[in-house]
Amino acid sequence: MAGTVTVPGSSVPSTPLLKDELDIVIPTIRNLDFLEMWRPFFQPYHLIIVQDGDPSKVIKVPEGFDYELYNRNDINRILGPKASCISFKDSACRCFGYMVSKKKYVFTIDDDCFVAKDPSGKDINALEQHIKNLLSPSTPFFFNTLYDPYREGADFVRGYPFSLREGAPTAVSHGLWLNIPDYDAPTQMVKPRERNSRYVDAVLTIPKGTLFPMCGMNLAFDRQLIGPAMYFGLMGDGQPIGRYDDMWAGWCVKVICDHLSLGVKTGLPYLWHSKASNPFVNLKKEYKGIFWQEDIIPFFQSATLSKECDTVQKCYISLSEQVREKLGKIDPYFVKLADAMVTWIEAWDELNPSAAAASDVAAENGKAAK
Amino acid sequence: MTVEVHDGEVDIVIAALQPNLTPFFEAWRPFFSRFHVIVVKDPELAAELQIPSGFDVKVYTKSDIQGLLGATSIDFSGHSCRYFGYLVSRKKYVISIDDNCLPAKDPAGVTVDAVTQHMINLKTPATPFFFNTLYDPYRKGADFVRGYPFSLREGVECMLSCGLWLHNADYDPMTHVVKRNQRNTNYVDAVMTVPLGAMLPVSGINVAFNREVLGAVMFPGLRIRKQGNHRWDTLEDIWNGLCAKVVCDSLGYGMKTGLPYVMRSDAEAGKALESLKDWEGVKLMDDVLPFFQSVKLSRNGVTVDGCVKELAGIVREKLAPKNPVFAKAADAMEEWTKLWKSHGAQSA
Repeated sequence: MAGTVTVPGSSVPSTPLLKDELDIVIPTIRNLDFLEMWRPFFQPYHLIIVQDGDPSKVIKVPEGFDYELYNRNDINRILGPKASCISFKDSACRCFGYMVSKKKYVFTIDDDCFVAKDPSGKDINALEQHIKNLLSPSTPFFFNTLYDPYREGADFVRGYPFSLREGAPTAVSHGLWLNIPDYDAPTQMVKPRERNSRYVDAVLTIPKGTLFPMCGMNLAFDRQLIGPAMYFGLMGDGQPIGRYDDMWAGWCVKVICDHLSLGVKTGLPYLWHSKASNPFVNLKKEYKGIFWQEDIIPFFQSATLSKECDTVQKCYISLSEQVREKLGKIDPYFVKLADAMVTWIEAWDELNPSAAAASDVAAENGKAAK
Repeated sequence: MTVEVHDGEVDIVIAALQPNLTPFFEAWRPFFSRFHVIVVKDPELAAELQIPSGFDVKVYTKSDIQGLLGATSIDFSGHSCRYFGYLVSRKKYVISIDDNCLPAKDPAGVTVDAVTQHMINLKTPATPFFFNTLYDPYRKGADFVRGYPFSLREGVECMLSCGLWLHNADYDPMTHVVKRNQRNTNYVDAVMTVPLGAMLPVSGINVAFNREVLGAVMFPGLRIRKQGNHRWDTLEDIWNGLCAKVVCDSLGYGMKTGLPYVMRSDAEAGKALESLKDWEGVKLMDDVLPFFQSVKLSRNGVTVDGCVKELAGIVREKLAPKNPVFAKAADAMEEWTKLWKSHGAQSA
């Protein structure tokens, strides 16, 4: 069947390729050599490369990929003064790619992530698994003890209300990593040799009301459902904090998804994370975050969104106001961040004028929580 | 984290719903033989039990139940008989497995020691306040991930460990009928904490818990009218689990789900069709779940027993008007707190 990936010799229904509906967003400051290994899986797709750091450097994209590339000059040109919300010298800049994408789905991956093998030795098509995750419902309202009930070979267990078995639309698919695990700097220093070798063969929905640490290394989402909330914050150059970009986005995203009855999945697919960044450098970047997260988590756990917030943008603006008011007391950084959150939404709506249509989709798909 | 399991701190409680327990005990012998085993015979089972020798086992029958408890409104027949075992146990921990389950094998072909895995789950902290994407952070080779607040890394005590089943999974009768050939072959190598506020359907097929703390909420409360001996004809464990989760959430305790797996036999699989006509569970859960999702216990509850009494009252007030089975459940919960006080709330 054209446009699908078929698993040879299997009766599992094929996953659609979605090659015209999905962009792959890759932040890079070095090179894109890693794409060679991903070629069999990525080549059908359009890539959006966000080049961080020195814009005069030329980043070579391997032959045969269809791509658009943006460096800092492009970002400044396209956004003008609003470019202030896009981080510099931090992979947080990748969210610019989300903003300029015109597709329904985005998959983002770090340039030190490679194809992993499953326990049978087969190469894992991470993108295909993300698509499966996004195209099947989530189950945030009641935990299914057999994990993803829509997976081949699984189902809802006894006691699962039938009224909940249609599930909720999936907004985010959060994948994991074998080899170098995503640890913070202190843990990295205490356990420099630890490698994640455990393949947990599950996808599960993170329950409504539960926050999680979202890692941007291996992440896919439905741009139409949740895109405006995927702002990766102010990190890197000129900022007091780094390595909390994806975390920040994940907390905002989860609060909004919970409010709009959208689902967030975590688990498969795995990829192979090859590089452990320097823990001393990491510690300097994360240091403030380690302290601030003690206040940030309770903030997000108690953040509320009113019934009037029936679009992602409205939810996000409301969150920015709460950030300004409550977290602004901890450090002036959060006031800047709240401003940047507003700027981001303005920029998003400017670049995505059919955001009105996106709002309708969001309102249709999700009902504002009581 | 290394976990020590002492012989004297665990009781294995088995409900005997079939008479010939020899294959069951022989298969579990390597893992059960050092512990005291309580076998509670289903009061409606007439035939004599066959249990092989070499176990420290005590069997309780209908006359023991009646002798100890006298007239009680709680019906201990069928799968509910195991709860009597919880009452008479004097150990800190209880592990309970259905009598049609055998040890499973992991993907490497190694037989799973479900007892030890449950004990590891109960003796290592749970982490209900924030989800760790690498699942159990205390497991060898894992840890808390970046972004996990340090103040939450001590975790809380785990009171209930919910295991899973390979082969014949715990489905409702509709799913059994529609997917009669489906077998669970997916061994998911993870234990995870069920987050605060998240509800789940706890299957009684393969559970373990801290009896000293949680015993007062481990009761057979909800009995559907056509409750039978097939798991799909019951919801008592689901109700029990929801009550336990609400109480754990309220008192700051944790619950885990995932490993260990047991291998559940096909014995029941073919008969689900008979249950379809009358299966009350379909509609009941649509009332039960919203109730548990929204119930809030007062801050006054500091003991499990106190929480159960409060919860029973709320069940009576909010759920009982919808269906008489809920009024009976509230009765059973209150009766259980009395029985627990008289007979259960003791340790070795």
